[in-house]
Amino acid sequence: MTAASHKISARHVNVFYGDKQAISDVSIDFDRDVVTALIGPSGCGKSTFLRTLNRMNDTIPSARVEGEIDLDGEDIYAPEMDVVQLRARVGMVFQKPNPFPKSIFENVAYGPRIHGLASNHAQLADIVERSLKRAGLWDEVKDRLSDSGTALSGGQQQRLCIARAIAVDPEVILMDEPCSALDPIATAKIEELIHELKGRYAIVIVTHNMQQAARVSQRTAFFHLGALVESGTTSDIFTNPRQERTKDYITGRYG
Amino acid sequence: MGTYEHTIKVFDDEIGQLRGLIAQMGGLAEQAIGDAIEALKRHDLETAAEIVRNDKKIDQLEVQAEELAVRIIALRAPLADDLRDVVAALKIAGVIERIADYAKNIAKRTPLIDSHSEIEPLSVLPAMAALAIEMVHDVLDAFAARDAEAAQQVCARDRAVDDFYNSLFRVLVTHMMENPATIGQVTHLLFIAKNLERIGDHATNIAEMVYFAATGTHMAERDRGAFVTRQGE
Repeated sequence: MTAASHKISARHVNVFYGDKQAISDVSIDFDRDVVTALIGPSGCGKSTFLRTLNRMNDTIPSARVEGEIDLDGEDIYAPEMDVVQLRARVGMVFQKPNPFPKSIFENVAYGPRIHGLASNHAQLADIVERSLKRAGLWDEVKDRLSDSGTALSGGQQQRLCIARAIAVDPEVILMDEPCSALDPIATAKIEELIHELKGRYAIVIVTHNMQQAARVSQRTAFFHLGALVESGTTSDIFTNPRQERTKDYITGRYG
Repeated sequence: MGTYEHTIKVFDDEIGQLRGLIAQMGGLAEQAIGDAIEALKRHDLETAAEIVRNDKKIDQLEVQAEELAVRIIALRAPLADDLRDVVAALKIAGVIERIADYAKNIAKRTPLIDSHSEIEPLSVLPAMAALAIEMVHDVLDAFAARDAEAAQQVCARDRAVDDFYNSLFRVLVTHMMENPATIGQVTHLLFIAKNLERIGDHATNIAEMVYFAATGTHMAERDRGAFVTRQGE
């Protein structure tokens, strides 16, 4: 396959924080219709790598990214790349739900409004409804759209953040431990949602939970000390990893 | 592989227990085959009856192994080589139980064979049984050591057990044609030979499971063939 046929193609990516190298020579592809889990011990660079995919690291002054990351064959680090536009195409959901201190409606409407995706209120309301439905939250909030987003439960807040991310019609969704602050039922709802969203987007999820990686992803990549040790189909990684380090980590023999 | 311990030590303990149960079952099954053939040779009905009774122990151990394996899967969610190890142990427990059933079956036929019969194959059966026992013994050693190569060597030996069976089959059928009065007894001997041949097959199955647990890949049919050819040269 050529690089252009992948949704995202990362080649020889290095990331530095000042003098310290956080990511070394990582090359990996992400495809639409596929959930890819990034796993590895704390500090292995998986979140740092995730953040290179929509240039979140730009906000850290000492961070420097080398190598090439293409979105549909287009270098996202090229000078002409519009970063605001990029982050609409490559949305992100964080570890702790972070709704704006505004109404549920406004939380979802904010992105489409600033990106000019709706020309009137009816269209905007459509997008909000569709996004909340897709995030599996509509039935729970449809009668209280003007309530504050922060008044929702943790699991609902996280689904609101997913609704917010998909409201701008992204192509890729990055998730950085989206369930680590949620209880098992809320986690199951997010996982079911990831499963449903898979058909529309390329999804990349960072998780510390092996079983979650096994449940939600089709491909898994194992990071260790800033390097990509091994990537492959999730069933291969969890039943028959090629690398000793991968095996030791997933079987709980690490360290 | 699997050289150093899991962070959660009790996980190692449980896997150790499971492997211990398999070793115990294997030891009992091996002994049952040996005793059954010895009882047949000496027409020792007492021992034969005891083998039939003792089979319950092996059945109980299989139940214990199954319960433990299910508990490990449920509570520890093993992955990679750990997962293959537990699944292999679960399957191997079932196969050993079958092997022990064949030993029991041999013991059950013992009273039906006349103690004074001068049927020549009776002298060949112990040699065949020794080979089958050795396969069972070695494949369980291979399981204990997670040794894929040793498992492959067990497979290669199945050919010899099959050869024994094929030659016994001809001898016994000839014997029956020449001495129709012995057909009843000799048929039992034929079944006993068949039981030993099946034990060899089951040891081969275990070897394949051991190989998969150790390597994560299935033993290739042609590799086994090639190995047999090399051994035969």
